[in-house]
Amino acid sequence: MHFFRSKAFRQLKKNRLAIAGIIFILALFVVAALAPYIAPYNPYQTDFFRTLEGPSSQHLLGTDDLGRDVLSRIIHGARISITIGFISVAIGLAVGVPIGAISGYYGGKIDILVQRLVDIMMAFPGMLLAIIIVSVMGVGLVNAMIAVGIVSIPTYIRLVRGSVLSIKNNEFVEAAKALGVRESKIIFKHVLPHCLAPIIVQSSLQVGAAILWAAGLGFLGLGAQAPIPEWGAMLSQGRGYIRTAHHVTTYPGLAIMLTVLGFNLFGDGLRDALDPKMSRD
Amino acid sequence: MSSYILRRMVLLIPVLIGVAIIVFSMVRLLPGDPAVAMAGVHATPEYIAQVRANLGLDEPIHVQFGVFIRRLIRGDLGISTRTNRPAVVEIWPRFLNTLSLTFISLIIASFFGILVGVISATRPYSLLDNVTMVFSLFGVAAPVFWLGLILMLIFSVRLGWLPSSGMGTPQHFVLPAVTLAAHSTALIARMTRSSMLEVLNMDYIVTARSKGLMERVVVVKHALRNALIPIVTILGLRFGMLLGGAVLTETVFSWPGVGRLMVDSILARDYPVVQGSVLLLALLFVLINLFVDILYAFLDPQIQYG
Repeated sequence: MHFFRSKAFRQLKKNRLAIAGIIFILALFVVAALAPYIAPYNPYQTDFFRTLEGPSSQHLLGTDDLGRDVLSRIIHGARISITIGFISVAIGLAVGVPIGAISGYYGGKIDILVQRLVDIMMAFPGMLLAIIIVSVMGVGLVNAMIAVGIVSIPTYIRLVRGSVLSIKNNEFVEAAKALGVRESKIIFKHVLPHCLAPIIVQSSLQVGAAILWAAGLGFLGLGAQAPIPEWGAMLSQGRGYIRTAHHVTTYPGLAIMLTVLGFNLFGDGLRDALDPKMSRD
Repeated sequence: MSSYILRRMVLLIPVLIGVAIIVFSMVRLLPGDPAVAMAGVHATPEYIAQVRANLGLDEPIHVQFGVFIRRLIRGDLGISTRTNRPAVVEIWPRFLNTLSLTFISLIIASFFGILVGVISATRPYSLLDNVTMVFSLFGVAAPVFWLGLILMLIFSVRLGWLPSSGMGTPQHFVLPAVTLAAHSTALIARMTRSSMLEVLNMDYIVTARSKGLMERVVVVKHALRNALIPIVTILGLRFGMLLGGAVLTETVFSWPGVGRLMVDSILARDYPVVQGSVLLLALLFVLINLFVDILYAFLDPQIQYG
């Protein structure tokens, strides 16, 4: 593939933190894909004789309040978290990119309207907006995913609009117009491909953010419901036992943190490689 | 300058109307009858009919919105279906608790974030800089509710130094405020570091050093003042993150704030309280952003706002 021979890829390979992030993400994918084969127990299997046991050779990360194996639940939870991350980013991309592109390309009244709508969405702190959406759509894992996806839309609109604005006055766009290329084709075939770098970087960071927000909704009781082994919901169920059996909350939290860290490191590395101007440090 | 502030305030009007429309629509978008949603599932048919008449649900939608706005201006957010008391009475004291928690966290995050960021920038790639970097990476990735539980486990369960829940004494503030501030401290430290590094390479810093000023004066008076501009802009965004994080932190530490009230009210289908909480939090966030924008204009003399 073209990308693997590019300068950006060589740059990325030199960034040790980004490589660590990629390795962790790949490992997570493998764990998620093989969950039923590598998890030592069924994540839903309760055992009322072995509740809240600490880590042992039989249960490496202990058991929860219903005697379920914490490690197996975390392994199966990886599937849920990855799904949450990618579905919500897909929602943000599918809605935010075209709207941002149209808003930036055409300008004028459409742009003003879109910008005011974005202002209104951004008048709510992200988490609050997600809570509002869940409160209207109803509590649950799927609605939490959708809510987190919707919350990311304004960020994509702003990002794509800005990139399109800086590109649309280039000569090759003028040339395409002069040749009579359809405007939709100009936007999607000629302008948007030049805006890919910031979109890719944002999406990588957004996967981490989405996992964190959905876990927050799960923790509040507004996301995944029992007995789904979603990491945030697991933490919420375990927190009543923090005095006696803290492993039930410690390990799912650790899983969330490492996953988010992996996507953040990868995203930061991508940003440094693809778009030196955006680099923060 | 004053015309910039004026323009910024005019732009606020559509946003405030939009926020009001969203809060107004929340109940009407619910599946089922909004009157039942507002009155509560256990309400008598008479009460539901009364709520329906009261909200004007049989009127056209724009008339309903007019009624809603007029009530809002009078500070009437409806009656809580759980306690039968006015929603404002339920929300206001808890709103103040959230406000105090958030502001204390913002102060902690700004102070330590800027302090650590400046020290890291003056000694780049030193041990301290690397430790800060690692902590900030983890600080950004750690879920706030998990961090709160871990701090609770260490400082109140194991060591017994601090109370684990509720509010009352100054000690009660420590764990929730530190938990809430962690994420923002990490981001502000990173932002300060990169912004300072950029400024410290400028010619006027070289000039300041070469005329023999003490390093501390150079760093604080010449560099930090200029590095602060991008930091201030992110403080407004941080405030939004803090308000969102407050919902989670309040749940962990049983802090009687408006975030927890809102979540409890959603689970109990107490919509007047949900609407009121959402409205107050959004209003606060909008006003803070306005304040930050104005502050930014004051701090940055280079930019002319026409």
